Formats: sequence, C-alpha cells, structure tokens
Amino acid sequence: MGSAIFHGDVKVTAMASVLIDSIRKNYGTASVLRGVSLSIADGEFLTLLGPSGCGKSTLLRILAGLDVQDSGSLLIGGRAVDGLRPKRRGVAMVFQSYALYPHMTVASNVALPLRMRRLSVFQRFPLLGRLLPATARIAAEIDVEVTRTAKSLGIGHLLARKPGQLSGGQRQRVAVGRAMVRHPAVFLMDEPLSNLDAKLRVQMRAEIKELHQRLGGTFVYVTHDQAEAMTLSDRVAVMLDGELLQVAPPQDIYADPDDRRVAEFIGSPKINMLEGVVRERGLIDVAGATITIEADARAGAHLTLGIRPEAFHLADHGGQGILTGFVRMIEHMGSDLFVHLDLAGIDHPLIARLLAERAPHIAPGQTLHVGVRPDRVLLFARDGRRLRRQAESGRASVTPIRESA
Amino acid sequence: MSEPLSLSDTSEEEPATRGVRISSAASPARRRAFAEALAAWTLAGPAVFFLLVLFFLPVLGVFVIALTDWQFGARSLSFIGLANFRQVFADAVFRASLLNTVVYVLIVVPGTIILALLIALLIESGKSCRSFYRAVHFLPFMATLTAMAIAWEALLHPTIGLVNQALAGLGLPTANWLRDENTALPVLAVIGIWQNLGYAMVLFLAGLKGIPQDLYDAADVDGADLWLDRLRTVTLPMLGPVSMFVVIVVALRAFESFDTVKVLTQGGPGHASEVLLYTLYRESFEYLRTGYGAAVAVVFLAIVVTLTLVQVRVMDRKVHYQ
Repeated sequence: MGSAIFHGDVKVTAMASVLIDSIRKNYGTASVLRGVSLSIADGEFLTLLGPSGCGKSTLLRILAGLDVQDSGSLLIGGRAVDGLRPKRRGVAMVFQSYALYPHMTVASNVALPLRMRRLSVFQRFPLLGRLLPATARIAAEIDVEVTRTAKSLGIGHLLARKPGQLSGGQRQRVAVGRAMVRHPAVFLMDEPLSNLDAKLRVQMRAEIKELHQRLGGTFVYVTHDQAEAMTLSDRVAVMLDGELLQVAPPQDIYADPDDRRVAEFIGSPKINMLEGVVRERGLIDVAGATITIEADARAGAHLTLGIRPEAFHLADHGGQGILTGFVRMIEHMGSDLFVHLDLAGIDHPLIARLLAERAPHIAPGQTLHVGVRPDRVLLFARDGRRLRRQAESGRASVTPIRESA
Repeated sequence: MSEPLSLSDTSEEEPATRGVRISSAASPARRRAFAEALAAWTLAGPAVFFLLVLFFLPVLGVFVIALTDWQFGARSLSFIGLANFRQVFADAVFRASLLNTVVYVLIVVPGTIILALLIALLIESGKSCRSFYRAVHFLPFMATLTAMAIAWEALLHPTIGLVNQALAGLGLPTANWLRDENTALPVLAVIGIWQNLGYAMVLFLAGLKGIPQDLYDAADVDGADLWLDRLRTVTLPMLGPVSMFVVIVVALRAFESFDTVKVLTQGGPGHASEVLLYTLYRESFEYLRTGYGAAVAVVFLAIVVTLTLVQVRVMDRKVHYQ
C-alpha cells in the first residue's frame, strides 16, 4: 500500500481492495441503499450497473466521501474510511459532467490535485506563495508530472487551452488525467461516457479499458449502459432499487443470472419470459407446447422460463419441445434476423434471433416452428428467484458477495 | 440562377430585349426585397422613432447646448465653442466634485461587492430563514431613496439621532455626521452601500445557485476542501460573469448618486460632498447656466461610457472562460 513508484514511464499505482459492508442510505423516507455489501479486489474493474435511480451513483458518492451513509462501513485498502474527507481516502473520481474548472487551463486542471497535496496553504497563497522557498521547485515537479500524464493521454498539445475550447472527448481525457495524475488507489467513475456521442463512446470505452490495464488500479465504474458494463468489467454488480441483485463476471451475468430482474435487464433484445406449468417431473407446459426440462419443482407448480433470443433454432415441424407461432415482424440485422412470433396464450411476441443464412424464406404471417435446447432455458420461481437444476447448482454463485480476504 | 444564363444568351443578338428580360426576371425578386424592407421598417419603426426622439436627439441637444452660453429661459444664445469645457476643467468646484465622485465610487463599489458577496455566501451556507434574510437585505433597494434619506437624517441627527446616542451610550466619540466635511462623503457612501447591497446580494445568490454541485464535489476529491480553497477554486471564478455585471451596475449607480446628496447635504459642507450629478443639477437648474451644465453632462457621460467600456473589455475576457 505504499505511495506511487515510478519506473520510467511505467507507473505502479498503490493498489487497494475495497470492502463495502451493509451500507444503508435514506433520503427522507425514500430508501436509496438497502444494506449493500460488496468486496472489490485489488486492481479489479468492477461496474455498478442498473437503471437510473437504483442507487448506484449514491453508492459511488458514498465511496468517494461526497455523501455519508446512514449505517454500514467502508474499507479501502484495509483501512476504515468512514468519516474521512474525500481527499484522505486515496480515491479519484471522474464525473459525468467531467466537472472541469472552466477558468483554469488544462494544465492547471490536471495540476490542481497535486498542488493541493504538495503545496502548503501558504505556498498556494496568490503571489506571496511564490516567494516562499521550495514553492518553485515543487511547482516544477508538478509541471513535469502534469506534462507526462497529459502526454500519456494524448492531450499534451492542449495544456494551455481552457475546457471551453475542447471537444467532449478531449474534456473526458482531461478529467481522466486529473484523476490519474496523483496515482490514486481507487478510481471512481460516474457514467463518464454518457455525455459523448455513440462513436466516441465506443472509442473511449476501449481507452478506459486500456487505462485500467496500464495503471492497474482498482476501478469502480457506474453506468446504466449494459454494453459498457459487459465490455469493460472484470465483474458486474447489478443494482436495482437499492439492492445488489448479482455480482459476477459479465458472461455469468448474461448466461447464468441469479434473478429474473437481472436476466431481464441484461441482453438486447430482451430475454423472452414465458409462463409455464410443471406437468410432471421433467416436463413443462408452455405456450401450447411441452418442453422437456428437468425442474426442481413439483407437478402443478407455476414457473417462468427465460429464453434468450439466440437460444432458439429453426425446426422443420412441430412436436415435443417445439414452439409454434405466427411471424408478426422481422428485423434484419445483417448476419442475424430478429423474428417476432405471436404464440398462442402469450400476450407479447416472442423474439427469436436466427442466423440469416439459415432462415432465408421467412415472411410475416407464416407459421414458424422454433426449438430450444433445454440447457439454454433459465427457470425462475414466481418470486423471481432463479431455479437451478442439480447439475448446475454446484458451480453457481448463490450469494452476490465474492469474499476476498 | 437562370438570369445570367439568359443574359449571355441574348446579349449578342438582341441587345434591345435584354433590359426587358432582366426587369421581368428581376421584378418579383425586387418586389419581394422591397416588401421585406417595408416589413422590417414597420416593425422596427416605433422603436427607432422613440429611440431617436427620446434618446439620440436629446443627447445631441445636450452636445449642442454645451457649445453655447445659453441660460435657461433666455431668448438668445450664442455659440462660444469649447469655452464651457475650458471653464469646467478650470473650475475648482467641478474638480472637487469629480474627485468626490471618484472617492464615492471607490468606497461604494468594493464595499457593496464584498459585503453583498459575504452576505450571499452566509445566506447560501445556512439552511434556516433564507427568504427572510434575502428579503431583509433586499428591502433598502426597493424603498424610495428620498424617503429613506430622511430616515437616515433622523438617525444621524447630531443630538437626538440614534447613531450618536448609541455612540455616546457606549462612551465613544460622536460627530455631526452630515455637517462635518470629513464625514459627510463617507457617510453618504455608507448609505450608498446600504442601498445597493440587496441588489448585488440577490444577483450573487442567483449566481451561487448556478454553480454546479459537481465542481464542489470535484474540488473535494481533488483536496480543495477548505473554505478558502473552495472559494478560490470554484465559487469566485464561477461567479465571474455575475460579478462583472454587478460591478458595472453598482459603479453606474454610484456615479449617478444624487438623491441622498440633494436631501441630506446639498453638496456641503462647503463642497465636501458635492458629486458630479449634483453639480450638474445645480449649475443647470439652480444657477440656470444651462450651457455650462450641458458641458458638465457631456464630461460626465464621457467618463461613464469610457469606464463602462473599459470594464466590459477588460473583465469580459477574464470572466467568460472560452
């Protein structure tokens, strides 16, 4: 947990794990965080993902020390930081609005965290501060570091400009530069890409990922964009209504969700949710068909079947395990087709994602048979809890907390 | 776009028909341009008329009168060139008046700005009774200054005034505030601050509301979380545009101060509290030297316009961070 060490251009940042323990936060009567616990490892890239208003930004602000939790505790690098001012927590933050100081040049913006740390109140005093011994030497050191940071972000030529003269992407880089210049143990990012246009967002996404690999710090990244969460993260923490629903690597969040709400939030087009009834052990009646699925439920139990659009495949004719419906609409996506199917007894259309080359002659109005492999069907109980089959329950993480020492 | 084409087509063979073609092709366009101009003048007309009659012509009139020896009510006048201006600058009373005005402005503007900013920051940082404090500090600005001046006169009365009684009660020296040449101008300036304070404060409050919370958060994370650091890093710079507006408006109002001088001191004792607008008033309407008064008005206008332009040019570059 030492301070930053430099090896030429390679920066080794002090790393720190983050432990969030039963954080609660209320605004008036509204409960924003309902006992959130989460452990983030050294150097991990963790994304807090959820719709707006789910409490993810509040959690980040509490981590930063900008808000205070009602109860619960926080440890950063094994050190309790509750009640510490933001600057004492060893965290840096990138804001959605970038929050650059508009009256300062890029160089001054990036230098500010260093000036605040390394210069005393007297040395920062306007005019007189410059006369104090050491001020000039420290300021020169800061200049060197600011220039190096700016160059590493490709904004070296913009140091003399003011934020108002920069493009969105350049401002974003300055905000990142201001965060990384003092080598914080933990980077906090609050929807840093949401003010950029779509193309730039994809580019900056890659740059942030690269930054994480280069700096090696712990990143906590808040977003409502599942694509950002899936592409950037080591683990994704899905939040809803002030609770963590699941914390897992992106592929598990997608393929192996713990909760119906997680399954519905992740994936585009949305996962198909079909109501089914267990006929007997191994057989479930759904949408006028019977599918062979081993379910850990007694006969007559109502279940929800979650089927991702790409889990369907074309079938030649109806039969056991085959769903049959009318084609309502087709969306061509190049390599894939999104086929909207009206099924008997289901009020919203089912969406199947089929390979375009395998399904050349589909037209609206026709009858279509689609099959689904039983192991691609996710079963949910009525309360939204995931029902795992015996075979898979062994490897599944049941609690949303990954314990790390 | 077809006009040049038809021109080159016809120019060689039939020069006579050329004019006809042009006019027939151009006349709808010309008619449209005329209609547009007519509409523009109709819409702008009333404003232009009143601007001319109520502003530009009187200003021009003042400039012309300043070159004459006209006395108010006199039947004749003669042009005397710049004699009035020479006299203005040679006049000890005018120079005293100019100096007094500058001193007055130099007390009122910084005093108002600093106090108003302080009060705005205090109101904004507290949670309770905000609207009460806002209203209390804004009231003087809404009140008629002439009426308020009489209240101040009572307060400052040498024997029965509350100020002197309070000072005496505390065992402090008293003064004949409005009749002492050392105190008359500063006391008027304090009243000026008192009157402008609320206005500047309301503007600063609006400016404070417009500062994004994100910037304070960023300052917190960056380590600029002491009161002074936050003030220097975020609050003051972000109040730049508002401050510029406040400085210009308060400076203009201070330059134009008249009512308190007229009601409380009449420029006295001696000329200790004589300010430009009061000199202008006295020369024009008490001594009826309208030509001379107009010359003072021109000088006054020149000073105010120059100062405002300089302020705008210098400050605009510093407060709008582009």
